[in-house]
Amino acid sequence: MEKRVVFRSAWLPYALVAPQIAITLVFFFWPAAQAVWYSLHLQDAFGLKVQFVGLANFATLFKDSNYLASFKVTALFSVLVAFFGIAISLLLATMADRVLRGAMAYKTLLIWPYAVAPAVAGVLWAFIFAPSIGILTYILKGWGVDWNWIIKGDQAMLLVVIAAVWKQISYNFLFFLAGLQSIPKSLIEAAAIDGASPFRRFWTIVFPLLSPTTFFLLVVNIVYAFFDTFGVIDATTQGGPGQSTNILVYKVYHDGVKAADLGGSSAQSVILMFIVIVLTVAQFRFIERKVQY
Amino acid sequence: MRFRLIAAALAGAGLFSANAYAQTEIQWWHSMGGALGEALNGVANQFNASQKDYKVVTSFKGTYGESMTAAIAAFRAGSAPHLVQVFEVGTATMMAAKGAIVPVAKVMADAKEPFDPNAYLPTVTGYYSDLKGNMLSFPFNSSTALFYIDRNKFKAAGLPPVPPKTWKELIAAAEKLKAAGQDCVYTTGWPSWVHIENFSAWHNVPIGTKQNGMGGFDTQFTVNSPLHVRHVSMLADMAKKGLFTYAGRGNQADGKFQAGECAMATISAGALAGTIKAGKTDWELSFLPYHDDVKGAPQNSIIGGASLWVMAGRKPEEYKGVAKFFAFLSRPEVQMEWHTSTGYVPITKAAYELTQKSGFYAKNPGRDLPVRQLTNKAPTENSKGLRFGNFVQGRTVIEEELENVFSGKKEPKAALDDAVRRGNEILRQFEAANK
Repeated sequence: MEKRVVFRSAWLPYALVAPQIAITLVFFFWPAAQAVWYSLHLQDAFGLKVQFVGLANFATLFKDSNYLASFKVTALFSVLVAFFGIAISLLLATMADRVLRGAMAYKTLLIWPYAVAPAVAGVLWAFIFAPSIGILTYILKGWGVDWNWIIKGDQAMLLVVIAAVWKQISYNFLFFLAGLQSIPKSLIEAAAIDGASPFRRFWTIVFPLLSPTTFFLLVVNIVYAFFDTFGVIDATTQGGPGQSTNILVYKVYHDGVKAADLGGSSAQSVILMFIVIVLTVAQFRFIERKVQY
Repeated sequence: MRFRLIAAALAGAGLFSANAYAQTEIQWWHSMGGALGEALNGVANQFNASQKDYKVVTSFKGTYGESMTAAIAAFRAGSAPHLVQVFEVGTATMMAAKGAIVPVAKVMADAKEPFDPNAYLPTVTGYYSDLKGNMLSFPFNSSTALFYIDRNKFKAAGLPPVPPKTWKELIAAAEKLKAAGQDCVYTTGWPSWVHIENFSAWHNVPIGTKQNGMGGFDTQFTVNSPLHVRHVSMLADMAKKGLFTYAGRGNQADGKFQAGECAMATISAGALAGTIKAGKTDWELSFLPYHDDVKGAPQNSIIGGASLWVMAGRKPEEYKGVAKFFAFLSRPEVQMEWHTSTGYVPITKAAYELTQKSGFYAKNPGRDLPVRQLTNKAPTENSKGLRFGNFVQGRTVIEEELENVFSGKKEPKAALDDAVRRGNEILRQFEAANK
């Protein structure tokens, strides 16, 4: 039997999806189209003089070796954020799933960071790791670690990755927990009776059954790392030291909002949009095949 | 603060009914938070109480960058305020926006408000004037970079507690401080502002061609000169030996010095209030160090801070009010109060003299240093100020390259060459956009 709802009215289904479509049009397609339009123009901050320059803004960007270097930084940052964001929350979710007493309290605490704005998360970690007054800096110093992300690029990267991952763990955790709870207990019990170790049970039963969730989170986390993390960067390293943490989206923010260079910034956001579209399509075409629904 | 605004609004309403004519409102967007915001509202309230025709309404719009962005967005939407406080690096962007702003000189002339440009301190107003000397924006809060030392640390290292005058002396003192176990010997705030912009003016070398960009948009950076390379190499060498602790691109060094962590610092004159409040240092202020073998050094330093821009598109009647407000702001007693309560420099000669006469400097040693350093010599083409298009990006580029040197990733010469090359690309982009 076909599982399909049939509407009798001709217009009702359209009316029902209209709000969703309207929101997408106004908040996604319209700004995206504007970004494309701006990217083809050169204009002063006040929009008094606007000239069509074709692809000149893009040409300027690709001539700039620092912009190209920023791709590498972004790739490293995104892979680290997506990997650790997913791995840590999966670990936490599996552990929280087993807790019987006080489960609510654990879950609430783990979900809490999601309510924190990225900029606040950045400031928080920047304080904890502050070169002279940070509590963790103090501990690290005790262990003989020379912690100074103000001037050490790899430490700065570590800091922004920690802040960005911490912020995203709650979201991932929620989805993993829901995924875990929908796995029938009988499957795991059957495997346990057959003598499979907890480790084996996880990798052969739980993890494959979680694959749709993991795939969804992979896509979401990559998009998060690409687009939503400029608040973390702005509140901590501001792209520095040098350009060690200057990820693409932060440069878009810096050039567009702070420096009022709308043409250059829009060209960058068009490139960024293109990258994320390609990545998402690739993920759906190649990785989704391995997903078991 | 909100309560005060309401109170002011009620008072305004009272005047309105009593006098039966409308007060013209002047919107002023600013970025002064905390104690500075209170001082700013104090100035506005005084003006409002001094006359009945106009009322200045202040609104805090966040950081300098945020205020400027907000004003640009408001202008694009057709609802710009009359006055907006813009930081010094935004000067070229504002100035180029003919049609979006009204030069202060024109506002004053149109309103027939008496206005003598010679009454102002040249290093302060020069930064915000065109080549003919017409004031484009009104200098509101200006400071400069100064050299701070903590005498306690000097004494502990067996050094005489006097600030070194030259970089040579500074390094000699730094080595002794380090040997005595001082961890953070010297640090700096705002690396580009202190070590490139002020450094250049102080040694009378150009930051860019065309009188540091004041002569036109077709300017180029010159911060890879032998003297710049030598200075940055010296800093890199100090960093390697642990004599210089890098603190970041903004004012993070203020906190380090104020907490008693560092023995010496080159930070804003505006950090003095916080240093006194923290009370953890036996501080002494002095002029910025210089290289004594450079001819003509020390010249004069340049300002940092912000000025008030008049936005276009308002009624002539309202601009009259703006002119009246500027005339009020220029009064010596108003300037003196602003100067003594905030630490920013006075903008007129009369205000400086009045403050001297009041005995304020005798009671508060060091508070006249910013003005004295800014007016150390008559400003040259290299020390009047600077005006580079989109310098928000330009400064970021310089700071990135300096960090590449301090972290040992690049040689000083290569980094400064890159800063010039990348900076010039930004200037060309700005030139093309403002043809």
